[in-house]
Amino acid sequence: MSLSHVIPSKPPLPRGQRDNSALPPTRDDKPGKHLDASAPEPALTGIWVALATIAMMFAAFTSAAVVRQGASNDWEHIALPALLYINTGILILSGIALELARRTYLNGVKHGMPSAKIAVRWLTFSLLSGVAFLVGQIVVWWQLLARSVDFISSPTNSFFYVLTVFHAVHVAGGIGGLVRIWVKMRRFDLKRSTLNATCWYWHFMSVLWIYIFVLLIWKF
Amino acid sequence: MQHESALEAREPPVRAIGFVRRYIFSVDHKVIGLQYYALALVAVFVGMALSWLMRIHLVWPNWPIPGLHFLSKTGAPGNVMTPEYYLSLLTMHGTIMVFFVLTNAPFAALGNYFLPLQIGAEDMAFPRLNMLSFWITFLAFCVLMSSFFVSDGPPISGWTAYAPLSAVGSAAGPGQGMGQTLWAISIGIFCVASLLGALNFIATTLDMRTRGMTLMRMPLSTWAWFITSCISLFAFAVLLPTCILLCLDRMADTSFFVPSGLVISDRLQPHSGGSALLWQHLFWFFGHPEVYIAILPAAGIVSHVLINGLRRPLLSHKAIIFSMVAIGFLSYVVWGHHMFVSGMNPTSSLVFSFPTIIITIPAAVLTLTWLGSIYGSRLRLTTASLFALGFISMFVSGGLSGFFLAQPSIDIYLHATYFVVGHFHIVMGVAAIFGVFAGTYFWFPKMTGRMLNEGLGRIHFWGSFVGAYCIFMPFHYLGMAGNVRRYAAFVDDYMAPLMSVHRFITIAALVMGIVQMIFLVNLLYSLWRGPKAPDNPWECTSLEWATSSPPPADNFGGRSPIVYRDPYQYGVDAAGKDFVMQNEPFYAESASIPHLAEAAEAQE
Ligand code: HEM
Ligand SMILES: [Cu+2]
Repeated sequence: MSLSHVIPSKPPLPRGQRDNSALPPTRDDKPGKHLDASAPEPALTGIWVALATIAMMFAAFTSAAVVRQGASNDWEHIALPALLYINTGILILSGIALELARRTYLNGVKHGMPSAKIAVRWLTFSLLSGVAFLVGQIVVWWQLLARSVDFISSPTNSFFYVLTVFHAVHVAGGIGGLVRIWVKMRRFDLKRSTLNATCWYWHFMSVLWIYIFVLLIWKF
Repeated sequence: MQHESALEAREPPVRAIGFVRRYIFSVDHKVIGLQYYALALVAVFVGMALSWLMRIHLVWPNWPIPGLHFLSKTGAPGNVMTPEYYLSLLTMHGTIMVFFVLTNAPFAALGNYFLPLQIGAEDMAFPRLNMLSFWITFLAFCVLMSSFFVSDGPPISGWTAYAPLSAVGSAAGPGQGMGQTLWAISIGIFCVASLLGALNFIATTLDMRTRGMTLMRMPLSTWAWFITSCISLFAFAVLLPTCILLCLDRMADTSFFVPSGLVISDRLQPHSGGSALLWQHLFWFFGHPEVYIAILPAAGIVSHVLINGLRRPLLSHKAIIFSMVAIGFLSYVVWGHHMFVSGMNPTSSLVFSFPTIIITIPAAVLTLTWLGSIYGSRLRLTTASLFALGFISMFVSGGLSGFFLAQPSIDIYLHATYFVVGHFHIVMGVAAIFGVFAGTYFWFPKMTGRMLNEGLGRIHFWGSFVGAYCIFMPFHYLGMAGNVRRYAAFVDDYMAPLMSVHRFITIAALVMGIVQMIFLVNLLYSLWRGPKAPDNPWECTSLEWATSSPPPADNFGGRSPIVYRDPYQYGVDAAGKDFVMQNEPFYAESASIPHLAEAAEAQE
């Protein structure tokens, strides 16, 4: 690096270029060491971007369903199992518990007296209800199959399974994330950005599920 | 507050040590960039070999091609390929080129290597995810190639895999069984890799910029990679569900894409009520943005290289950035121009025709900015800038033919003819690859620490430039004469007058292939024997040149550069040089600004 080289006087500005060398530096010296609160957190950015993609994938499935519904007159109504309502409630509870865990933990950190035990308890509850949601979804599929609402007999059924299974796969990933922060929280080496990123993901799973559920009630 | 620090402490960066960790499962973005590059290089030569086989078959349909039956016994009995096998090769050619070359080389390969360097970062935001992206891409490539080895060979439905042909299984012809399934799985895997890659690029650009590197101070190549990753993020997010639905139609007998009452070889298909148009809508919603995923990084690289050769900035830095952003947005609303003759509502054709014509405005702004900047300049004619000029030439030629295709009434005639083939090869294939060549000749010294041979480079350029026009310009005439595409042979009576044109094209294609060998030789020879490259051989201003060639594992040797100014300060009078690097501390009077003085001391 030829940094010792100091240029004697201000060179004429080339066409089209503004000299904004007086702009304040915007980043800490060492990348990856953003210690102040305003520093960017790649984990959070990454999660936001991931959520955008996931939303887009479900948008694609939705528009495919709408087009397919209009394409022929074989769209049939599915009587949704009541269990779906209970599952929805469970997933919402899980999200609330996670939010409580997050706040308790971060609060504890701020005041130097970790209420980690309580936070872990909330987190455990959230994790278990997440698993319960998944199990509930499996029971729903099983109930529907028992009623011979199978995958291929109508496009409605196909899209029902595609949407719910694809969502469940993402929920399973989220449960993996919850397990990860559960382990870290117990050891008390959980970073703020990891915690926040995981929470965003999990809350998004609830929002996504509510969207799907409304769609199911309305269109299926 | 010890907990506060416990909370925020970061793991120290993991540095790979052993051979495997360093060169194979490496998390270093530079190694990963080279891995992508190598994969794209393998892919492009495979794709090119396939195109030779096709071209030879088209003009000498009865010639046996020695050894062809090793590729497929049923597809090439007696070394002469069947019409179906021609389509298999066509499909593989298109798929390999579009996904594994045009998506990987300009974006994943060069972007991975140079985006972190250009923003002064140590690595990507998520190095391990980056490694994963590469290996998933590699897996996708292996799955695709394995379709050569299944019993009835690769699919015959083209790179666009139109349903119902692609959705009904082996009844639809050889390759439509296992081969098409492998295709759908491979592309699905590819989507996952691309999504992870795009995510990483975006987070890196937003969060890993070094001190002083504002968004507007990023070089144009970095801008292009950033915009491209935003496009990828949504385009592949649609293709992945599309591939899933296709796989379900094929494997689970659902009916997303297959209409009722479809009879193939006297057998009624088990599907009902699906919509073949649905496939086209979903595919082209991905497909048109995909063409910009191929071309925008090349446009960024070319701008970067061109400015360096011009020794002055472009007429407007912002015009380039905003045009690329505008193209990114518009690329999502034009997909229907691929479907003018699909049986879609004619009003939709009209609706899609407007944005298609409007997207030529930002494309024209790009072109005019380049041309206006070149006008009256003394361009340093390195091989890199020659390829940059070549890119502009191709972009203009291909864009002009796009104008014709954008009129639904003209497209009714030209659709599915060689005119379209000429259009997209010039504007997407050749232009993007010229961008990659420009980048390769420009950055090879940085990547390897050695210079490429400029003499061979010039031969390579002129051979490729003349060759590309010889191959792809006549395609337009063929198309206007009514020559349909995706045919394995042409019936004599109506095609006879055109056969001489076809022969000329085939010979040009073979010569062009040989010219590419010169590039390969140059690459390999210079890697071992090329003269040692200095740190900044082209007297460039951006950060990738502010470190050694090749850069150390952590890019800037344990410190990170501080950025003081816009990226392209050329044409200045700075102590005998005509350029100032982005990280060079400053002119005398800015020394009075305290925080800059401190910053400079910190660097010393
Ligand atoms: C400059 C403005 C452009 C316009 C107005 C335009 C217009 C069109 C139209 C209307 C078609 C459909 C033709 C048909 O199938 O009958 C088409 C096909 C195509 N274009 Fe463009 N285009 C433009 C630029 C580009 C660029 C920049 C790329 C690539 C980087 C590109 C790549 C393609 C490809 C790959 C196809 C054909 C795909 C296929 O059918 O297999 N185009 N273009
Ligand atoms: Cu298009």
